[in-house]
Amino acid sequence: MTRKQVHLAAHFPGVNNTTVWADPRSGSQIDFASFVDLARTAERGKFDFFFLAEGLRLRELKGRIHDLDVVGRPEALTVLSALAAVTDRLGLAGTVNATFNEPYELARRLSTLDHLSEGRAAWNVVTTSDAFTGENFRRGGFLDRADRYKRAAEFLRLARELWDSWQPDAIAADPETGTFVRPGGIGTVEHSGEHFTVQGRFTLPHSPQGRPVIIQAGDSGEGREFAAAHADVIFTPHGRLEDGQRFYADVKRRLAKYGREPHQLKIMPGVTFALGDTEEEAAENAAHIRRQQVGPLTAIAFLEQVWGRDMSAYDPEGPLPDVEPDLSEGVSQGRVPIKDRAAMAAKWRALAEEKGLTIRELVIEVTGRQTFIGTSEAVARLIDEHVQADAADGFILVPHLTPGGLDEFADRVVPLLQERGVFRADYTGTTLRDHLELA
Amino acid sequence: MTLHLAVALDAAGWHPAAWRESSPAVFSAGYWAALVAEAERGLLDFVTIEDALGPQSTLPDGFDDRTDQVRGRFDAVLLAARLAPPTTRIGLVPTATTTHTEPFHVAIGIATLDHVSGGRAGWRAQVSPRAAEARHFGRREFPPVDQILNRPGGVDLSTDPHVRDLFAEAADAVEVARRLWDSWEDDAEIRDVATGRFIDRDKLHYIDFAGRFFSVKGPSITPRPPQGQPVVTALAHARPPYEFAAGGADVVYVTPHSAEQARAIVEEVRGLSGDVKIFADLLVFLGEDAARRKARLDERDGAELVSDAAIFTGTAGELADVLLEWRRAGIQGFRLRPGALPYDLTQIARGLTAELRGRGAFRHAYEAATLRGLLGLPRPVSRYAEVS
Ligand SMILES: Cc1cc2nc3c(=O)[nH]c(=O)nc-3n(C[C@H](O)[C@H](O)[C@H](O)COP(=O)(O)O)c2cc1C
Repeated sequence: MTRKQVHLAAHFPGVNNTTVWADPRSGSQIDFASFVDLARTAERGKFDFFFLAEGLRLRELKGRIHDLDVVGRPEALTVLSALAAVTDRLGLAGTVNATFNEPYELARRLSTLDHLSEGRAAWNVVTTSDAFTGENFRRGGFLDRADRYKRAAEFLRLARELWDSWQPDAIAADPETGTFVRPGGIGTVEHSGEHFTVQGRFTLPHSPQGRPVIIQAGDSGEGREFAAAHADVIFTPHGRLEDGQRFYADVKRRLAKYGREPHQLKIMPGVTFALGDTEEEAAENAAHIRRQQVGPLTAIAFLEQVWGRDMSAYDPEGPLPDVEPDLSEGVSQGRVPIKDRAAMAAKWRALAEEKGLTIRELVIEVTGRQTFIGTSEAVARLIDEHVQADAADGFILVPHLTPGGLDEFADRVVPLLQERGVFRADYTGTTLRDHLELA
Repeated sequence: MTLHLAVALDAAGWHPAAWRESSPAVFSAGYWAALVAEAERGLLDFVTIEDALGPQSTLPDGFDDRTDQVRGRFDAVLLAARLAPPTTRIGLVPTATTTHTEPFHVAIGIATLDHVSGGRAGWRAQVSPRAAEARHFGRREFPPVDQILNRPGGVDLSTDPHVRDLFAEAADAVEVARRLWDSWEDDAEIRDVATGRFIDRDKLHYIDFAGRFFSVKGPSITPRPPQGQPVVTALAHARPPYEFAAGGADVVYVTPHSAEQARAIVEEVRGLSGDVKIFADLLVFLGEDAARRKARLDERDGAELVSDAAIFTGTAGELADVLLEWRRAGIQGFRLRPGALPYDLTQIARGLTAELRGRGAFRHAYEAATLRGLLGLPRPVSRYAEVS
């Protein structure tokens, strides 16, 4: 039996503490050259796609803009469109919120990207609906949590109606007969639903992929159900073996209900990696990266998010204080909310006591997502094992340096995956759907 | 003094039958890249890209079911971004509607275009009064606009309250975009390893915009673009849009049909703003056989071409005469709408520019790296920056 093929994507590290901006090798997060550099590395490594996250409001802690992490990002689809000019095969995936956009406009933009990239566009549908983000939009923060996936599902249905509304052969462009559009080639869309009432005609012919690849990121039951019904790829945080297997089994099981086969939905956890010539060196590198990612102030900031109070008086290199979390109101805005802060605080405290950790050591331990640490051989083997063991179909790699953070992986790990026969030696198709085997 | 020259790109050109002579691949990036490369070889200031939130139509409002004209159009901001990497100097000015869009999204999209092009972005801010387009969003009901839109020669829209509101909303959208572009001061990113701060939060600003149509908190999520503020442009035919352009835009495109009209329009616009650059739009067919080409296209289309802008047919030399005459009336630049692509663009980029250069009225090399630089517009300081 042939081995499952590994899918790989490159995350351009967005705005959070994973990017070690203080490293002298760290370049601009905004200059287009940084995007080109990372995208070209990913393409050299034959990755499936390049991935951008989104956040529509700057995060705040204790009522002030958070200033410790990387901040500032370009508009995702605009950058991806420019990247389409400097890459040939790499998929281009942008995170765009379904809550603060209108289907007609976004469907056009995504279709445009698919045309301009000749079939390499993907949309990561996220649904954050908090009023904090809503303050930047005319729509405001109007949507109940319960309604966001309903809106997203209707959004997607409507987008498909728009994408499909032109006949596949609508464009004749025959100067002899003078027929540009075949009669009846452009259909009318009549959509009337709970969230949208849209009537009219779309402005673009079928794009090379027909519709862009749909990615879902979100972890609730509703999110998983949405993914099972609509998505081609899931971006998940569940990168560790057993956790990943549980998630994988759960989501793939849901597919049947929608008449879909397991291979039609690829599960790709976001993971980090640290390489070294020896296992010890890799472990040292990993520890060093983590210390840079979680500086003393960042450690306190994490604690404050969970405890819901000002903790700035405490020594990050000292023990966790005895103060109780303030559960009345959070102090953090613009991050994915922590579901149960009381439980998390209790867990953190128990861990700190058990292992005798300082505040900073604790935060390093609990926020780590370094899934793959080792020599190139070890990391290639681990990735392969995770995929063969159905913990994932592949991974979205989050390098800790921009833009050079993927170079080592592309040069050292990818060839080993190719040798193992689990990763393409070259692109065999032209569209992202081809790469993802989503015919 | 050199005059400014831009071309307006749309489909196969501005004659609806133009596609029949060149059968261009309007839905491929390569077609557009070739056009903008030609314009850049001609050292033009910028290209604009048309757009709308609904398909093209010969009707002022609604779909016409014609099968013999180009239908379909890319999102212009994304198309402009796709054209940035293969070019180095020419300005890129996509159209983005102010009517159904979120000002926050438009502002970060244009700022991003400025980042990816190294300071060559502009924005043609355009309202959409059409009921058919409003139905693509289903959030507002618009009255039919058959009476007031698409009249050749421009019409006075000032009596229509619906259109006035759309311009008021557009003015707010531009104001929000400009505040968002300013909301990060230029040196907000400090990467101060000693204090662990990536940014100086005192150099990021809430814009706290609250208007009749929407409110926006800010700051932007995108750092201040290379030009500080990308160049805002608007097409205007009558008083309310003149007011909108004079108040919010850096460049206004007007549509005189004679030097005399040009002088009157310049006077009216200058009365509203001393700063705004005034460009005239002209739809052009160039070459010895320009009139014959146009007539042939008219025949193919079954109607004589109509346009809000004056239509010119003639040689590059004759066009240069007109441009220089209108310049004496106070017009500072021109946005030429090629009748047929790529033919008339090539005539502009090679023939016309050579002609103007010969008369000392056009550049011999790009003299600046940004669009603002080419237009002689200063780079604005963020309104939020403390004067020290
Ligand atoms: C791996 C992952 C990545 C995410 N990335 C983003 C992002 O880039 N932008 C964003 O607004 N939300 C992001 N989210 C948050 C989702 O918007 C949010 O979790 C989801 O839509 C809400 O659904 P849930 O309750 O099912 O998690 C991400 C979530 C996960 C799990």
